[in-house]
Amino acid sequence: MNATSSGSAVAGPDRFYRLRRALEALLVPVIALALAAAAFSLFLLFLGKSPGAFFELVWRGAFGSWFSFQNTLERAAPLLLTALCVALPARLGLVIIGGEGALVLGGLAAAVVALPLARLSPPMVQLGMALAGMAVGAGWIAFVGWLRAVRGINETISSLLLAYVALAIFNHLVEGPLRDPTSLNKPSTANIGDVNMLAHLPGTDIHPGLALGIIACVALWILIERTSFGFACRVTGGNLRAAQLQGLPVTRLIMIACALGGACAGLAGMIEVAAVHGRANASLAAGYGYAGILIAFLARHNPLGIIPMAILLGGISAAGGLLQRRMGLPDATVVVLQGMIFLSILTSETIYGRLRWFQPREAK
Amino acid sequence: MSHIHTRRRVLQGIAAGAATTALTPFATRPAFAADLVVGFIYVGPKDDYGYNQAHAEGAAAVKSMPGVKLLEEEKIPETLDVQKSMQSMIELDKATLLFPTSFGYFDPHMLRVAEKNPKIQFRHCGGLWTKGKHPDNTGSYFGYIGMAQYLNGIVAGHVSKTKKIGFIAAKPIPQVLTNINSFTLGARAVDPSITTQVIFTGDWSLPVKEAEATNSLADAGIDVVTCHVDGPKVVVETAERRGMFTCGYHANQAKLAPKGYLTGAEWNWANVYKSFIEKAQKGEPMPNFVRGGLAEGFVKMSPYGPAVPEAARKQADAVKADMMKGGYSVFKGPMKDNKGKEIIAAGKVYEESAIELESMDYLVEGVIGAIA
Repeated sequence: MNATSSGSAVAGPDRFYRLRRALEALLVPVIALALAAAAFSLFLLFLGKSPGAFFELVWRGAFGSWFSFQNTLERAAPLLLTALCVALPARLGLVIIGGEGALVLGGLAAAVVALPLARLSPPMVQLGMALAGMAVGAGWIAFVGWLRAVRGINETISSLLLAYVALAIFNHLVEGPLRDPTSLNKPSTANIGDVNMLAHLPGTDIHPGLALGIIACVALWILIERTSFGFACRVTGGNLRAAQLQGLPVTRLIMIACALGGACAGLAGMIEVAAVHGRANASLAAGYGYAGILIAFLARHNPLGIIPMAILLGGISAAGGLLQRRMGLPDATVVVLQGMIFLSILTSETIYGRLRWFQPREAK
Repeated sequence: MSHIHTRRRVLQGIAAGAATTALTPFATRPAFAADLVVGFIYVGPKDDYGYNQAHAEGAAAVKSMPGVKLLEEEKIPETLDVQKSMQSMIELDKATLLFPTSFGYFDPHMLRVAEKNPKIQFRHCGGLWTKGKHPDNTGSYFGYIGMAQYLNGIVAGHVSKTKKIGFIAAKPIPQVLTNINSFTLGARAVDPSITTQVIFTGDWSLPVKEAEATNSLADAGIDVVTCHVDGPKVVVETAERRGMFTCGYHANQAKLAPKGYLTGAEWNWANVYKSFIEKAQKGEPMPNFVRGGLAEGFVKMSPYGPAVPEAARKQADAVKADMMKGGYSVFKGPMKDNKGKEIIAAGKVYEESAIELESMDYLVEGVIGAIA
């Protein structure tokens, strides 16, 4: 994590330290990406495929045309929100990997409240759905935070196991009490109605989840980096005992941060229902919650860093189909590339603060 | 490791990456203008020995037809991803005929993409298309595979020594229940004392649960098993290891169980896809809705394995010959469910195409298990 102290302490003798530090934050991940790409090229050569053709197709499938770029952005949309569910609690030192649970239950709650609200105008229905999804997601992850803060239960394990519980509850309700009887071979809740679906962003083919995700990333970045609440969270993450000694309300901070993260995941579920599926069914559990973990770690739990990382992974997955079609590569190829990027960037974390060139210098 | 070494390695890595990128020409294969570009999308891997492989085998038959360019994507979830895959095939590869093969691709995904692309033809596997309700450039094809499961049941009934057979199923939805009930009815036509233990795993692809279910059936003394999950591979391999016999489903799994594989209920999609594409190439209108069973060549049986006795072959072949004539029915009254309630009144006969069978919500007498 960001253990380096602020630059002001050495501002006098080393005027370029801030610049070098910014350069470090940019160069390390870029070089890590390049290394992952190089390692992956070897893998491709071993398969007898051309790395040049591969990366050209990745570019074309992810960013090469307006269609491709929209494809990338729309795939990034749910990942922005589920990554926040990991990144925010991580700033308090919690590793929460069960965002998938908050997503499916949030989506289910949104689909369910749409029915009694159906007499209202579509924006009100959508607002109600969003609030319901966020509330359920927030409650689900806040429970994990409560277990951690009050009962000392490991949040990584409890959030993962609760994700399975969430999925079981979801399946039970969707296939049982909440099932639309006309959904014979694919059990689903009742349709929320076409008028209540979220419209695309103006001039694009992208659903509004992208805008909401970016707004959430910016808002939570401000919260965590620029407010006293955020400072208290970071102190808690840096040293829990010290935070307690300072009289910070650690339990409350943990639960609020978890609730905010869970609300983001719940909102992602609501958007899947209101912008894509129109109902809640097993397709909601598409793994966005788990992909969010990858992105949060790649972004080093910085809410603003989530935006480029989600777009990067969205782009890789957008290119996946084209790679299958044009190069005859199995779907797993894309997973291998993601794994290499993940490993490479995580390994590069250990380099921060170790390369002498980037360090503060004594005046000669 | 010193810093210099690290840096040198980094530079070498970059150089290697750049060199390979620069040296290799782009491998693009432009389609000929006259080619019909056909796209297939699968929800799971193409080599799953099951649902997806059955479609991929059909696609492979299409690939060998002249004037066809085949596009395939596997492991595409029933989310926005499949909408993007279809749109990408249309925009980047100029596909004009798409087969999204998974049941959950239909609504809303295929319908939404079809509305946006009225000149592109879409045909979906699953029998959901309704005239007037769904766009004219979309359609459905599906097979009645229940009768093939009935034949599976006849063979299982002859082979089983313990008189206990098993069925591993994903979800208690009508299509799956039809298969469980048909399999059971076939076996009980051989010996009415036979029971079928059913286990629902809860989802279409849960290999660990499928293996556990197979093992628990073996432990309970069940000696013939079949299944309805996306990829029967795990069930068939586990059963072979436990010395059980298996009846296949979706595709031919004989390779996975050379000793215990009896026969199997297989899709024959090559037939269906070829006829669609021949129509498209001739410029004839493509039908919006096609369905068929054994007689129509939508479904076929795997060749018998070595463990199938002569009596079983004879009876199954005789029933199959009857089915091929058309009009055969497995669901005939009086019939009771496994709770003793009458579900089909005496004198009532449902052919495989009967609409009543499409909302099946019961397990017939002889099945051990519950839906809810």
